[in-house]
Amino acid sequence: MGKLTIGCFASLVGSMNLDFSIKLAGAALEKGHKVDLWVSGNGTMLSINDQRPFKDYSSLEKPLKELMAKGLNVTACEACAEARGYHENNTIEGFKRHSMDWYLASTFDADRVLHIGGE
Amino acid sequence: MATTKLGFLVQRPPYKSENPKLALTHAIASQSVEVYLEDDDLVTADIAFIGDGILNCLKDQKAQDIYDLSSTETHIKMSLLLDLNVLVCKEDLEKFGLSESDIVIDAEEFGADVEVKVVPYDEINKMMEEMDHLLFF
Repeated sequence: MGKLTIGCFASLVGSMNLDFSIKLAGAALEKGHKVDLWVSGNGTMLSINDQRPFKDYSSLEKPLKELMAKGLNVTACEACAEARGYHENNTIEGFKRHSMDWYLASTFDADRVLHIGGE
Repeated sequence: MATTKLGFLVQRPPYKSENPKLALTHAIASQSVEVYLEDDDLVTADIAFIGDGILNCLKDQKAQDIYDLSSTETHIKMSLLLDLNVLVCKEDLEKFGLSESDIVIDAEEFGADVEVKVVPYDEINKMMEEMDHLLFF
């Protein structure tokens, strides 16, 4: 089985790119692949704890936690998160925070890198 | 020892979105990636500005004065200081009526030894073919 690294820079609300990234990560995990998900820029919104689900807005906390329980390795850019006021004490448990070199290191042994840019 | 080559393709204009700056900051992060890797393993970053992205390379940007933000110009100079390979598409530069004298070419004041290379798209294409992974910003 392979390793997929996904980098997503789009916001949770206002774009469907994070929704797509989570669906794709889930499909890859189902097939037995290892998946690293890196969120940077507005994508760090995904890391915030206690998102309130509304039918009109993307809500990914629940599916994300399910995928994390299945082995999804998810990390947010710490500087991008802090710049937006998303602090560690308000981050989903198990959601890692690192500097940008983590993403590059993840690509080192990835079989495929899918970079899904911001809006 | 193994090396993974990443190509960062910047095709969006500056300041309209965060993408060009994130491309540069992620490329610059290649300099500290070793902390996550085995000895002698490397991740390298080449950067190419194409399409509207070449506007990121304009000289004398005033982002610091106007927005109190570091400019993409400064980030390009920092990339040169770190010896990253920075390419600018010659045809796209000409499309905007610009020439080498309008864009950042060196970072002598930072002590950089390498310069931005203005090259035909064919050379950017060749660079892309040499990369293991491409990231479009």
